[in-house]
Amino acid sequence: MPDLDIKRLQAFGRDPIDVHVGAGECLCVVGPSGSGKSLLLRAIADLDPNRGDVFLDGRSRNEMSAPTWRRLVGFLPTESRWWFETVGEHFDERRADDLADLGFAEDVWDWQIHRLSTGERQRLALLRLMAHRPKALLLDEPTASLDEDNKRRVETVIARYRKDLGAPVLWVSHEPAQIERVSNRRFHIETRPAEAES
Amino acid sequence: MSVIALTPLDLAIAASLVLVLALISWRTRLGIGRQLVIGALRTAVQLSLLGLVLKFIFDNEAWWWTTLVASIMLLAAGREVMARQKRPLRGWWGFGVGTTSMMVSSFGVTFLGLRTMIGVEPWYDPQYAIPLLGMLLGNTMTGVALGVDRLLQSVIREKETIEQRLLLGQDRTEALLALSREAIRAGLIPIVNAMAAAGLVSLPGMMTGQILAGSPPTEAVKYQILIMFLIAAGTGLGVICSVRLTARRLFDERHRLRLDRLAG
Repeated sequence: MPDLDIKRLQAFGRDPIDVHVGAGECLCVVGPSGSGKSLLLRAIADLDPNRGDVFLDGRSRNEMSAPTWRRLVGFLPTESRWWFETVGEHFDERRADDLADLGFAEDVWDWQIHRLSTGERQRLALLRLMAHRPKALLLDEPTASLDEDNKRRVETVIARYRKDLGAPVLWVSHEPAQIERVSNRRFHIETRPAEAES
Repeated sequence: MSVIALTPLDLAIAASLVLVLALISWRTRLGIGRQLVIGALRTAVQLSLLGLVLKFIFDNEAWWWTTLVASIMLLAAGREVMARQKRPLRGWWGFGVGTTSMMVSSFGVTFLGLRTMIGVEPWYDPQYAIPLLGMLLGNTMTGVALGVDRLLQSVIREKETIEQRLLLGQDRTEALLALSREAIRAGLIPIVNAMAAAGLVSLPGMMTGQILAGSPPTEAVKYQILIMFLIAAGTGLGVICSVRLTARRLFDERHRLRLDRLAG
């Protein structure tokens, strides 16, 4: 079972962050906007120049190439991007397991990207991310543009993924009710300095 | 083979046409009159100087004169490529990428043409080397400037999409593949169009010059075909090289998109 260990992680001159997420644990990252929540996730995924180190299952990200690392720590940005015409072209592997649970039928693969609603895009982006079977999940407001029903669907699918694979999950959320539902623990980020609270 | 010499009066009449155009621009507020006059003046001054320089190095044939003139042409082309980018790469890269690509492609293809096809002795004979290099550099410069500019603009516009692809585990080459292909195509379009239109719509300048100077049209045509092919090869090589180098610089060793390496 993998755990995610973040050591002295520092980007854009912000204060270094130390945080540990256990295997199968869901840690909600909270803090006012502009406090660096998204930047923290980007730094973990090694998308911006940063200092410090991140370990997954005891292995440092520096032991592997950045693309390999990013496949292991699945990062879901708030806004997803699509570059082919249809949904299916974006998937290497068409795994059906979570399809129905996220509210889609098999015909979704042929759907045109430009006809998707914001909410559909968000749920499909999660599906696309999980198709790679990442060992950890970094979620940046994964339900921001969803209605209540779909919000619950997404929460259920993520919870199952977390339990089945023992995946550590870092979840950025602004909703107190959702944080209450999904998190085992909270991690509070301040504008400049950041510290953990249990 | 003799050419009818042009008198200063002939040039003055031609110049008056440009002045009329500038006047029209001024009266109708097109706002291009000033640039038109400056461009015309630059043409007159730069080409006159070039005429003197060429006369001098034709009279003093030496490989290092040819090399010196060739280097100055290359540096000017490199500067021009960078000047045409809205947000070039910072530091020496902005100048270096275009210049290196054009040096490899234009110098390489010109050398090959002089040694194997035209077979002039010595190969650095400036009467052949300088005009040939000039045509190659001019066309390669246009292609390189277009290709690099297209790449940079589309990368700035598609930043989020590229990062999304990186996040899904694609490497820097894969994440940029569609955009760099498109950029290379954009750089090659002018020469592809020029080859397609040659002789049908447009009479290429070099051929026209040779014919005016009294060469038999069939000889002039052979030279023009050779030059077109050399230009196509040189431009293609230069564009591919410059787009690849630029693409490489846009990412670091951890496959991060580094737009902070662009100026502005």
